[in-house]
Amino acid sequence: MIDFSSVADNFNVIYPELALLIGAFAVLLLGTVKRFAGLCTSVAGLTALIALWLAVDQFGTQQSGFFGMVTCDAFGSAFKIIFIAIAIVTMLIAHRFMIVKQIARPEFYALVLISTFGMIVMANTTDMIVMFLGLEIMSVPLYVLAGFARRSLQSNEAGIKYFVMGAFASAFLLMGIAFVFGASATTDLRRIVADFSYIIYHSGLYMYVGIALILVGFGFKIGMVPFHAWVPDVYQGAPTPVTAFFSAGPKAAGFAVLLRLFMFGFEGVAELSSIFWVLAVLTMTAGNVLALLQDNIKRMLAYSSIAHAGYILIAFAVGGEDALSAAIFYSIAYAIFNLGAFAVVVLLETRSGCRSDFSELAGLSKASPYLCAVLALFVFALTGFPPTIGFFGKFYLFSTAVKAGFIWLAVIGVLNSFVSVYYYLRVLKVSYFDRVEQPALSVSYTPAITLVLLITAAGTLGFGLFPQKLLEFAQSAVFAFL
Amino acid sequence: MIPYLALAAILFSIGLFGVMTRRNTIGILMSLELMFNAVNINFVTFNKYVVSDGLVGQIFAIFIVVIAAAEAVVGLAIVLLIYRNWKGIDTDHFTVMKW
Repeated sequence: MIDFSSVADNFNVIYPELALLIGAFAVLLLGTVKRFAGLCTSVAGLTALIALWLAVDQFGTQQSGFFGMVTCDAFGSAFKIIFIAIAIVTMLIAHRFMIVKQIARPEFYALVLISTFGMIVMANTTDMIVMFLGLEIMSVPLYVLAGFARRSLQSNEAGIKYFVMGAFASAFLLMGIAFVFGASATTDLRRIVADFSYIIYHSGLYMYVGIALILVGFGFKIGMVPFHAWVPDVYQGAPTPVTAFFSAGPKAAGFAVLLRLFMFGFEGVAELSSIFWVLAVLTMTAGNVLALLQDNIKRMLAYSSIAHAGYILIAFAVGGEDALSAAIFYSIAYAIFNLGAFAVVVLLETRSGCRSDFSELAGLSKASPYLCAVLALFVFALTGFPPTIGFFGKFYLFSTAVKAGFIWLAVIGVLNSFVSVYYYLRVLKVSYFDRVEQPALSVSYTPAITLVLLITAAGTLGFGLFPQKLLEFAQSAVFAFL
Repeated sequence: MIPYLALAAILFSIGLFGVMTRRNTIGILMSLELMFNAVNINFVTFNKYVVSDGLVGQIFAIFIVVIAAAEAVVGLAIVLLIYRNWKGIDTDHFTVMKW
């Protein structure tokens, strides 16, 4: 029999998750009463802040609970902080936008909180059952969020496309887990690592099939070429704050699990390095080249997110502890400046009749010079110019690749960054130099979105000039298993 | 063990084919269910023939049944929404956004 006497102790491993879940249900309950519906935003924000505080408190400790199903190591607790911070920023960005577009409903905040809960679950485990459950807890609210603007045809289309692609990817992932389970008779990565050579020797075929299918499943989730076709449509169609959340949260969560699976669980498969080499090159090249053709800012940012996923995939090809911390660093950096860029897009879209086409940027430098300067900063970070955090992230990634002997991979990465200069700087060219007949509509700031812009801009510039603190954070977040 | 795995593989392939070729969104949802259930067969088979003791495979299969149901709920809700806006649920409608 299992001993249940110590179950209560396990709960201190999951305090931040519990806070998020309780907050989400409180928001759902409050939302049913008209009189309290206005409170929902504050309740959601408050619980997210409490969860953030609990997660920061937990960082640096090594805990495990629920019979080994939840493993809260440095890697997992670092990602807890990242996910919750992303959720808070998303809610701050979304508040005003939802009201302007007349889709403000309390469920939005509950769905964001539940989705964040799912991300934390999937990053904080070595067991593939729990990983899959976390993935689904994350994904199901996201399908709803993508179709959140119920009357918008674009949003409907984004919802159904994301749903079909997500479920399709889950089926592949599950088939992969089934084969790995068939080969190793366990779903725990730690046991797979311990008996790896034995498993490969006895049932290598099942193992290889399983790993390939898992890679396909997660390839869909993180938008890896050739499984990227859904990304631009979903990013363009979903309400913009939701797109911001997509590009930061689920992407980081997908990478967290992918890092744990392929840099810890299946590290013994030597061929994976060359597979990731090819995938990284394909992903960044396709993302950057297709981004050149876009006329919609959201769609351009979607392709750029594919390209950035390609840069992070370099770390998988390289392997080792340095590459791992470079990938974590880049994920954080990308989340910071990408959320900033999306905050600007959200702000521009709250003007009446705007659909975030490039042409709407014209004259922005006259109408709102400060916003335009901030946008320039984020664009420089996306491109990878110094002294922004984008430059340092890329530098760290490429230098670990060179150190490990993957010189061509780094060269292709740098060449890709040059290609990306063209479409990123087009944003600035249009907003600073294009002539306009009538002056651009001015934007109206709210405290929430100003705060987001200040934080992300400070992060982009501050960590770019002094990356030491963030670097230490990323380096302390490498796996340390119990 | 092989016949069961073959059955699962065939079901999975039928589901895969259905998702890629169906025009009707409900048809796509049904094909997705087929894929999930193929996975279930795989888990139960492996649990019977590979694992000496324990029920991990069976338990995972039950989790998958629950999750497939949850996904179907959300999927059908989105399909209903689309039916209201488009008066039809064929995938031909989904061309608002292109390249």
